[in-house]
Amino acid sequence: MTVNFDLTTIWAFIIAFGVFAYVVMDGFDLGIGILFPTFRVGEGRNRAMNAIAPVWDGNETWLVLGGGGLFAAFPLAYAVILPATYPLIIAMLLGLVFRGVAFEFRWRDPAHRKYWDFAFFAGSLVAALAQGMTLGAILQGIEVADRAYAGSWWDWLTPYTLLTGLGVVAGYALLGACWLVWKLDGSAQDHAFKVAKRAAVATLAMLGAVSLYTPLLDETYWRRWFEAPGIYFASQVPLLTLIIAVLLFRSLAKRRDVAPFWLALGLFLLGMAGLGVSMWPYVVPDALTIWDAAAPERSQVFMLVGVAITMPLIIAYTGWAYWVFRGKVGAEGYH
Amino acid sequence: MFDGADALLLARIQFAFTVSFHFIFPAFSIGLASYLAVLEGLWLRTGRDLYLDLFRYWLKIFAVAFAMGVVSGLVMSYQFGTNWAVFSDKAGPVIGPLMAYEVLTAFFLEAGFLGVMLFGMERVGRKLHFTATLMVAAGTFVSAFWILSVNSWMQTPQGFETGANGQFLPGDSWIEIIFNPSFPYRLVHTVIAAYLTTAFAVGGVGAWHLLRDRGNLHARKMFSMAMWMAALVAPVQIFMGDAHGLNTLEHQPAKVMAMEGHFQSHPDGAPLILFGIPDQEAQKVHLAIEVPKLSSLILKHALDAPLAGLDTIAPADQPPVGIVFWAFRIMVALGFGMLGIGLWSLLARARGKLYAWPWLHRAALVMAPSGFVAVIAGWVTTEVGRQPWAVYGLLRTADAASPLAAPAVGASLLGFVIVYFVCFSIGTWYILRLMKKAPQPHEGGVEQSESGPVRTAGVTPGPARHEARRGEGTDRP
Repeated sequence: MTVNFDLTTIWAFIIAFGVFAYVVMDGFDLGIGILFPTFRVGEGRNRAMNAIAPVWDGNETWLVLGGGGLFAAFPLAYAVILPATYPLIIAMLLGLVFRGVAFEFRWRDPAHRKYWDFAFFAGSLVAALAQGMTLGAILQGIEVADRAYAGSWWDWLTPYTLLTGLGVVAGYALLGACWLVWKLDGSAQDHAFKVAKRAAVATLAMLGAVSLYTPLLDETYWRRWFEAPGIYFASQVPLLTLIIAVLLFRSLAKRRDVAPFWLALGLFLLGMAGLGVSMWPYVVPDALTIWDAAAPERSQVFMLVGVAITMPLIIAYTGWAYWVFRGKVGAEGYH
Repeated sequence: MFDGADALLLARIQFAFTVSFHFIFPAFSIGLASYLAVLEGLWLRTGRDLYLDLFRYWLKIFAVAFAMGVVSGLVMSYQFGTNWAVFSDKAGPVIGPLMAYEVLTAFFLEAGFLGVMLFGMERVGRKLHFTATLMVAAGTFVSAFWILSVNSWMQTPQGFETGANGQFLPGDSWIEIIFNPSFPYRLVHTVIAAYLTTAFAVGGVGAWHLLRDRGNLHARKMFSMAMWMAALVAPVQIFMGDAHGLNTLEHQPAKVMAMEGHFQSHPDGAPLILFGIPDQEAQKVHLAIEVPKLSSLILKHALDAPLAGLDTIAPADQPPVGIVFWAFRIMVALGFGMLGIGLWSLLARARGKLYAWPWLHRAALVMAPSGFVAVIAGWVTTEVGRQPWAVYGLLRTADAASPLAAPAVGASLLGFVIVYFVCFSIGTWYILRLMKKAPQPHEGGVEQSESGPVRTAGVTPGPARHEARRGEGTDRP
């Protein structure tokens, strides 16, 4: 596992950062969608929705960056992974259509609000499931021949991908619940605490199952995780996960407002690190390394200039937008 | 059920369908974002509540249109990889970075400030809110800049090298790639089209409310502003369209031949075919009504200038003439229709009858959707006219597609058709419903109308909404 900091490596980290930013930020949006039916019709749902209405669009933009960035920095990977997971990507996009329009439509049409609430829930669930299954499909390997996907259009559907799909659904639900713990108060927050605990249990169970399953998929994964020198680094990941899990349950039990969200985010960060252990330096395991798939240096340099200039600005004004809408949603309603 | 169908054809239909549906929304939001910025700027400068009312009125419509633009746009950013994998692999190094710049400089800007623009008026103060509106408007323009650069590069590629693996690789200068020959024309033509589209949508809404109540001050203001745009910008657009056409003649002559319906070469002056029925198999236009030598005059500025026809292009390299021919005529006819309304409004204004001529209002109402039809017709002209190439002259559309089975593409196409028709027709209906309501003094904001008058005591408004209402109370006598 040697890491040379050439341009391609830098780009791999930028894409990984974009994906992580997306997973965390739209993760809590989608998680709230997944949990939406558990909230009381009326006040509970309105406040849950208001907790993300001003920021969801910016959050979803990271997905465009993930897709666009992969296209630009690793065009071959983009050209192989998307056809290989075609039905999943289409399902995700259609799910996100329903999820996105529901934000506006449910306010415009109170008479049909329950249908848009269902669209919000189902769209979020389908999108989360499809994202998790896409991850699993990449991990379990994609058949590549002559710079193109060479498998059939159902290769992605296996027990393993179902497991990763459900894992992401559970993880997003945890992020969503923790975000609502942060943004709500009163009875709606009580409810958020309750579902956060359940989602945390589910997330850890799925994380454990996926972690045990993955090394069995392929000998390479086994070696990376359980043989020296990989194990020295790799073993830290489950240890830290355990510590964070304990902290998370404690913070939920003590009804902390903010800590659960950041701890849930820590779990995702460790999941990402685990992914790195399994995949590096491949972008399509055992078929394409990041260098095989990389765009030429001129493209990388040109974009790197753009990222270096705009990314700090993006982070700054995105942070500002979050700051503007800080505080509890609807807190002032309780006079 | 799709086994017999051609996967390539289905992929092309899918792309055409999703991109056409998508473009309707940005065509509206590019113009509307600028209009909102103008309204808010006028409100800040004059302090007249009329402008604030109009701002809030159109902001609600903008919010719905923008949401539909976002979700249909996300589809596009993945469609290249899902359905056009070979194109993505080959052209990725050149156009990928331009699209990445679009995300970095435009999408984040729009999305980051949109929340503040929609919900944040009372949280950040007027000046900062105006800044947010300006940023959203700037974002829509910057987005158009990059994506049109990408499209133009596919039409008139330059500044690249060909790699050993068959990829297009960027050459020394990105300037050459970004500012490829057709880009400046396409950018100006498209952005003006978005402004005109919005002007006619706004003008149509104003006209509708003037027909019901001639004295409605809000309707008067929006109608007047829209008619100024029509009168001033429609002629500019016709001029720009002509310049764009001359640029196309230089770089993509086959497209212009299809637009003109010129199957035969004309060594001494080509006629302008006004109408006719192009027959590609027979390579002629049936029942043509033509004006002798006018096409040469328009395209070459000389009556007897020779113009080559499709007989100089191998049949395998010809675009589908019928579609291009008709789409072009629809666009041009609507453009002149817009000019007509603009001139009519100038006449009415000069006579002091702008709000008193119902026939003008009826005509403006009929023309309200004309911009949307015209931009789609324009895109059909240029995209179908690019065929059979994905990257003009270099990569055929037939060689650009993903290795997908027809049932996969057929099923996804069906999914898109159903979901788009359901979601976007309902969204359009919500927009029409918002437009149907006359703008009011003390027009509510986006949040206020959320639960509207049906809100019960049990519903707790968020702080933004709460403050907004309190703010209004102090603002007004």
